[in-house]
Amino acid sequence: MKRTLYALSFLVALSMLLTACGGGGAGGGVIKVATQSPLSGGQSAIGVDIKNGAELALEQLKGPLEEMGFTVQLAPYDDQANPDQGVANAKQIVADPAILCIVGHYNSGVQIPSSEEYHNAGLGNVSPANTNPKVTTRGYLEVNRIVGRDDVQGVVAADFAASQGVKSVYVLHDKTAYGQGIAEFFRIEAEAKGMQVLGFEGTEEKANFDALLTPLLAANPEAVFFGGIYDQIAVFIKQAREKGYMGIFVSDDGFDSPEAVNIAGEAIVAGGGTYYSTVAGPALLYPGTAKFQTDFAAKYGAGPKPFAAQGYDSMAICLKAIENAAKDAGNKMPERAAVANAIRALKDYAGITGTINFNSIGDLTTAKYFVIQVASPDPAKWNDNPVAETLDIAPPQ
Amino acid sequence: MLRRFGSVYLRELLRPLGQMIVFVLGSGFVLSAVMVVLALLMRGSAADKALLARNGTDLLTFTLSNLPQVLIDSVTLGFVYAAIALGYSMVYGVLEFINFAHSEIFATGAFIGVEFLIILEGAGRLDGIGNLLAYTWLVVAIILGMLGAGLLATGVERIAYRPLRGAPRLVPLISAIGVSFFLQDAIRMIESLTTGQFHRIIPTFGNFDQRIMLGNIPLSSGPILIGIQVKSVIVIVAAMLMLIGLNFLVNATKVGKAIRAVAADRPTASLMGINVNRIISLTFLVGGALGGAAGVLYALKFTRIDPFVGFFPGLKAFTAAVLGGIGNLTGALLGGVVLGMLENFAGAYLSAFTMGAAGAEYKDILAFAILILVLIFRPSGLLGEQVGQKA
Repeated sequence: MKRTLYALSFLVALSMLLTACGGGGAGGGVIKVATQSPLSGGQSAIGVDIKNGAELALEQLKGPLEEMGFTVQLAPYDDQANPDQGVANAKQIVADPAILCIVGHYNSGVQIPSSEEYHNAGLGNVSPANTNPKVTTRGYLEVNRIVGRDDVQGVVAADFAASQGVKSVYVLHDKTAYGQGIAEFFRIEAEAKGMQVLGFEGTEEKANFDALLTPLLAANPEAVFFGGIYDQIAVFIKQAREKGYMGIFVSDDGFDSPEAVNIAGEAIVAGGGTYYSTVAGPALLYPGTAKFQTDFAAKYGAGPKPFAAQGYDSMAICLKAIENAAKDAGNKMPERAAVANAIRALKDYAGITGTINFNSIGDLTTAKYFVIQVASPDPAKWNDNPVAETLDIAPPQ
Repeated sequence: MLRRFGSVYLRELLRPLGQMIVFVLGSGFVLSAVMVVLALLMRGSAADKALLARNGTDLLTFTLSNLPQVLIDSVTLGFVYAAIALGYSMVYGVLEFINFAHSEIFATGAFIGVEFLIILEGAGRLDGIGNLLAYTWLVVAIILGMLGAGLLATGVERIAYRPLRGAPRLVPLISAIGVSFFLQDAIRMIESLTTGQFHRIIPTFGNFDQRIMLGNIPLSSGPILIGIQVKSVIVIVAAMLMLIGLNFLVNATKVGKAIRAVAADRPTASLMGINVNRIISLTFLVGGALGGAAGVLYALKFTRIDPFVGFFPGLKAFTAAVLGGIGNLTGALLGGVVLGMLENFAGAYLSAFTMGAAGAEYKDILAFAILILVLIFRPSGLLGEQVGQKA
């Protein structure tokens, strides 16, 4: 599988190179849009679908550019979920003058160093999946994303708790930048919503939560928010339930792993239940994706995985921006910088995952966030967890 | 003659039991008294008012109502520490050397026991079994953990420590740290190769997760439940049995006499016909087995293990051994109980007494600050002067 993919991408790249050499004629020319996602390795299931989503968008939406006389092609790259590989690919991508836009990546850890290359080359980048705040907070004109941000999840969880009528919360975090960051946003929003924050504590403890639980149980909050990763939070949930806490647990997308129910067992669905927020859901959560889902299944033989719809929209945005920039340049091949500007300048673009407007740093002006309820103590049913609430929230400025 | 021996046996069985009761009640009483006095002193203070506004209870009610549960949790943790601390203390008593690899011996025991139970679960042997069978499997898991960990400890001694016995004291210490890293990554490698992941979770079976309710204290913010989990009881009982057994082995048997002789004076013991190498191997075997059993109990109590799981309990248990007076088995027990109490009291009460400024996350700082204070005034530990009882 891996080898065929390599061979395929090599062939595609080679054929593109040949057509690029041949097609330097007047008026038209070859325009390429690159994708970078893990096409091999453990995360390739999602990475390949990001590429497939982009490919589908290219096929369906390249019409306007072809009418202007351009040939539009996809240039898929495999970043292997590895920052080094992502940066090496990025160097190749910026060295190819036909590439005017890049859709990528899946991992924030790969996107952040790779986008330094895009930034230096003035190459517009639309990210379908990267949620780390730093993706956009560096303030690069070239970098945009069409998903939410990690640091908004605290706000999401607090809004959700408020909508459930929770009056008092206890806030915990794992002392990492990720968990503590989310927990602090949660606390601010919870207080703003009039909830009583009974405690705010960080802990690196992963086994024995007795000492932490005593003041928590004495305070008896209606809900507990824990910002962190499932391997710690699930143990905490189990021990809290064993000690008789019956309120609601709320967490973040670090909790999104079937291993969580493996650890916590029945405790996870007991009492008030357990909820977690995520920044992007599978395609079926977005109302505009009905046609996309059938088209995708028809072309690739299986339904789209998470982030495939975002891959589609990222490509659509790239194509629309290239079209706008080409029109401004008098139907000639646009400059990269013009494309990057055109991406940021898009107004109310109707994508399948929602209406897209970028703010001054490339975040969506309002992004969708989902709160998911853990419905079953069976790890195999983790992906069937229902969405408890969908929220549209603006990123922090 | 026979009657004399009988009374020795009985004494060595009852003495540690008495010590445990005295230590638990004593340190529990002292710490509880300190907390209550503190709460009384802080009546009407800002912290008192803040808690009243937040929880609807004042500091004194909060302290008193939580005391029973905190004490129960403390004792459980204290006995886990004590069981691990015994391994450090035994080896130190005999070799005057700190076996830093003991925390990984502990982790190995945990992995062996848990993997055994996971295999049973995979074979469907843990589904819907009765209590008797559940306890039998648990005991088998503990015994396997003890065997594996004991043999590993003996092997480590043979390969990494014995060749260095004449070397300066720092050399085997460095060797122990090396073994510690080696074992951590060896567990990680073996687990990753065979199971594809190195976080393991003990299967849920039997009635271990059940909670025996002992009552509740009604408060305006809601009732405070007091209870103890079945698995905590198992941890306490198993640790007590281990402590009594070890004490019996060291103080009432011929082998124990040999161990004490080697600890007291190695060259002379060897002149008296004691096979010193064998006794040292045996010391590692026993210490390692105790660590392995503690590992399985730890996994039972706290659910999840990984190859680095031994680090913090190991460090705390080593601290407990030093606090009690290293090389002294009674001291290890006392140190474990006191450290478990300090940690849980600090964790439970810090946030209320500091108005949330220093929460449970600072429990170790407080526990270790008190430890430093104790060691300043008693450098050889709480029971350090009774060298005669050195194992």
